[in-house]
Parts: sequence; C-alpha cells; structure tokens
Amino acid sequence: MKYVLFVCLPESDEVTRPGEGLTARLRPPDDATTVRARDDEVLLSDGPFARGEEYVAGLDLVEAADLDEAVALAARHSAALGGGPVEVRPVWD
Amino acid sequence: MKGGENTNAVEEAVAAAFRAEWGQVVATLIRVTGDWDLAEECAQDAFAQALDRWRRDGVPRRPGAWLTTTARNRALDVLRREAVGAAKLREVAVTAREEPSDGRETDTDDTDDSGVRDDRLRLLFTCCHPALPIEARVALTLRTLAGLTTPEIARAFLVPEATMAQRLVRAKRKIRNAGIPYRVPPAHLLPERTTGVLGVIYLLFNEGYAATSGADRVRANLCGEAIRLARVLADLMPDEPEVLGLLALLLLHDARRATRVDAAGEPVSLEDQDRSLWDRAEAEEGAGLLETALRGGRPGPYQVQAAIAACHTTAATAGATDWADIAGLYGELERLVPSAVVRLNRAFAVGMAEGPDAGLALVAELADEDELAGYHLLPATRADLLRRGGRPREAATAYERALELVENEAERRFLEKRLAECRSG
Repeated sequence: MKYVLFVCLPESDEVTRPGEGLTARLRPPDDATTVRARDDEVLLSDGPFARGEEYVAGLDLVEAADLDEAVALAARHSAALGGGPVEVRPVWD
Repeated sequence: MKGGENTNAVEEAVAAAFRAEWGQVVATLIRVTGDWDLAEECAQDAFAQALDRWRRDGVPRRPGAWLTTTARNRALDVLRREAVGAAKLREVAVTAREEPSDGRETDTDDTDDSGVRDDRLRLLFTCCHPALPIEARVALTLRTLAGLTTPEIARAFLVPEATMAQRLVRAKRKIRNAGIPYRVPPAHLLPERTTGVLGVIYLLFNEGYAATSGADRVRANLCGEAIRLARVLADLMPDEPEVLGLLALLLLHDARRATRVDAAGEPVSLEDQDRSLWDRAEAEEGAGLLETALRGGRPGPYQVQAAIAACHTTAATAGATDWADIAGLYGELERLVPSAVVRLNRAFAVGMAEGPDAGLALVAELADEDELAGYHLLPATRADLLRRGGRPREAATAYERALELVENEAERRFLEKRLAECRSG
C-alpha cells in the first residue's frame, strides 16, 4: 500500500531540520498562499489554510505492506525531529 | 445423537455453540475472505441454519467445525454470485478444500512470526490495534469476538444504537482502508500490543463492574464477557504471565461481585461485605492462576493487582486482612506503573497496617499531585483514616470536601452516610 507521511513541526520551530529521505521538504507556512475558487472568482489569502500548533514541514510518499510498517517509517521521521508528530494517511488505490 | 431431539435441546445446543464458537467462526471467515461484514453475515447465517439442520440431523460432534464449514460455504456462494474478487474466491475455495474432514485446520498460514497461530488471536489483536480509537476497539471486540449485537453493545455503553453502529462501521472501514494487518503482531511488537489487548479486556470488565443496579444487566454481563475473552487469551498465550495475571485479577474481583451492593443497590465497603457469599470456587481459580503466573518470574502490573485482590479475597475476615502485605504490593505496583492513585492506595494500606497516622503522613505528601487534583478519593481516603484514628471532626471536614468532588450518586450517598456518622459520634 501507499501512504503519505505528513511530517510536522511545532509552529515555533524554524524549519531546517526535516529533510533526510523526504519526498518533499516544505518551506515554512509563512510562505504559503491559500487558493479558493468560487463562481469564477479566485480568492487568495496569505498563509496556510489552517493554523495550528503544528504545521506540515515535509511530505514522504512511502510504500509499505501495511499500517504497522508505515508506522515504523513514521516513527523514524518522528524520532529524527525529536518527537514531532507525523500523520500517516493511506493513498486511494 | 440423532434426530428426534426436542426443540429446546437443539436451541440450547445452538446457544451454547454461539457462545463458544461465534468468535472462532467470524475470525476464520475474516481470514479467508478478508471481508469483515461478509464474515459476520455468513457466521450469522450458519447459526440460523444450525437451528434448522441440527433439529433434523442431530447436533454434530464438532459444532464449531460444522459452523465454520457452513459459514465458509455460504461465503463461497455469495462471492460466486457477486463474481467479484476472483482471486478471493479461489482463496476461499482452496482453504475450504484444505480443511480435513474432522474440521481441524491444517496450518497453512505462515504470516505470523510470533509462533502463535489462531484466528481468534489474530482477530483480537486486530480489534485492539492502537490505530483504532479505544471505544471502537472495545465495541469491535464485543461484536466480532463475543458476538454481542450492536443494540446490546450500545446499551452496555449507554450510547444511542445509531452511534454505536456508526462506530463499528467506521472502525471496520479504517481497518480496511488504512491497511491494519490481520495478524498476531511480530515478536518486536508483541509485548506492547499484548498490553493493549489486556487493557481493552480490563476496561471491558471495569465497565461491567461499575454497573451496580439490577436494571443494568447488559452492563453487568460485560464482566462475564471480559472473563471469557481473558480465558481465550490465556488459553492461546499460556506462557504470558501478565495474561494469566489479568484473568486471575478478573476472577478474584468477580468472586466478590454479588456482595458489592446491598439489596437496595447501595455500595457496601469491602470490610462490611458478607464474605460467606463470595464465590469461593472462582476465587480459588483466580488464586491458582496467579500462582502459575508468578512462577513465570516476570511480574507485571496485572499480577501485582491480582496479588492485592487475592490478599482481600483470601482473608477469612476483614480484620484478618494482611495490610502490610498489601502495602508492600502497592509499593511494587508503584515501581512498575508510577501513579499518584497507586500511591494513594498504598497510603491507605500503610494506614491500615501501621496505624492511621502513618497513612495520613503519606496522604499529606500527595496533596499537591496534579493527577489527584479534583479526585474525590484523595479527601475521602484522608477522611477514612481520620475517622479510624478517632478524629471525627477533622474527618467530617474531609468528607465534606470529598462530597464537593464526587460524581457518582451511589458513592455520594456512601460518603454522606459516613459524614453523618462522624457528626453524630
């Protein structure tokens, strides 16, 4: 199965750390632009679509036999970030 | 036994088979079809057929094997009719052929490297997977392994039926979509996951144990279900001392269940319970299992808690309770699972063993513990020790404080009774 691991950091952390082995490293949420298109109108807003205590700092697309294996990969990222959360989400087949 | 059996006997046989075999049938069907809903449906169908067929042909020698084969054939039919998942169909057909005539399965599935292979165990570990919310783990275990219906589980947990149905649907969907494996976890995950399974069974038991009124029959039955699941687990993992420890703990608690409340449904404290009404056989079984577990030389929280329960249950009178022993065991428990609640229990045991003042000194040390902030048993324990130490006025003040915090109505009445005694005496 394919899973995406959303590798997160606390909002206060300046991102330089997550990187090793990630499919994509993301710049901080301050550099984000959120887009919504409605009735021919495109609305832009500065920043991420949701502000939380943590933000997604990187993505990893992985192939794993099952959730246990995906969790083991996520745990490795989490450990590298000193315990930052990693969300594991299966990809539609 | 052949034909001509009366209807009641067959109904009883089916009911007995349901209790004994439901989990096994569902568990096997999930393994061979990979489809939780289909597995439940086919198991249900097999039990319905049993009622009919056993009446006509007699109860088979191995009801479990008969039911599994019937359910599996049904699954085969359904899959054939739907003509979906051709590979799945082949798999079911192959496993059906591999099954020897006596219904004993040859073990062809080698996906587990833990060396334990039983479908019920796979099912239990999957239902209790930590990626599922705890309420879903409990509900799914009751539905698939214990065979409780969704309305029964809803009643037991005091939630609307639709909520419970939704909870079960969601859990099954997550198992499928997130790829939660149907297996006994490999060795490196096994200790942690086993602890998780034990936690679910213990929670189940406590839900039942908390049910006090007679109208609460479904909830009270949870104790029986938890014990049954613990027995299955102990059967399948006989070398795990904590598994035996949990079963011992549940039996030792359950042996006292009948006397925990009086005829009016009011709670009765341990020292006032009528010990002649305790279930001796159950208590002895628990104590025996605990001994076996302790011989394993790997103590754990359930074994220690069972040892504490055994101290209470084997004491001939409340006065004969070995409180020094209990205090020592709480010390051991505190070492294994540091917690302020355990320290509070130890403080009480020390108070009973060495005198109220010794206990009160330990309770005083807990005053600033965040874990106990707002916990009514902190002032209630203090109150009880003061009362025993012959300081009724201070005890009354502590009882008043406990009454500000208590939420359970029965416990409130118990504390009010104590408070009244302190004021009058």
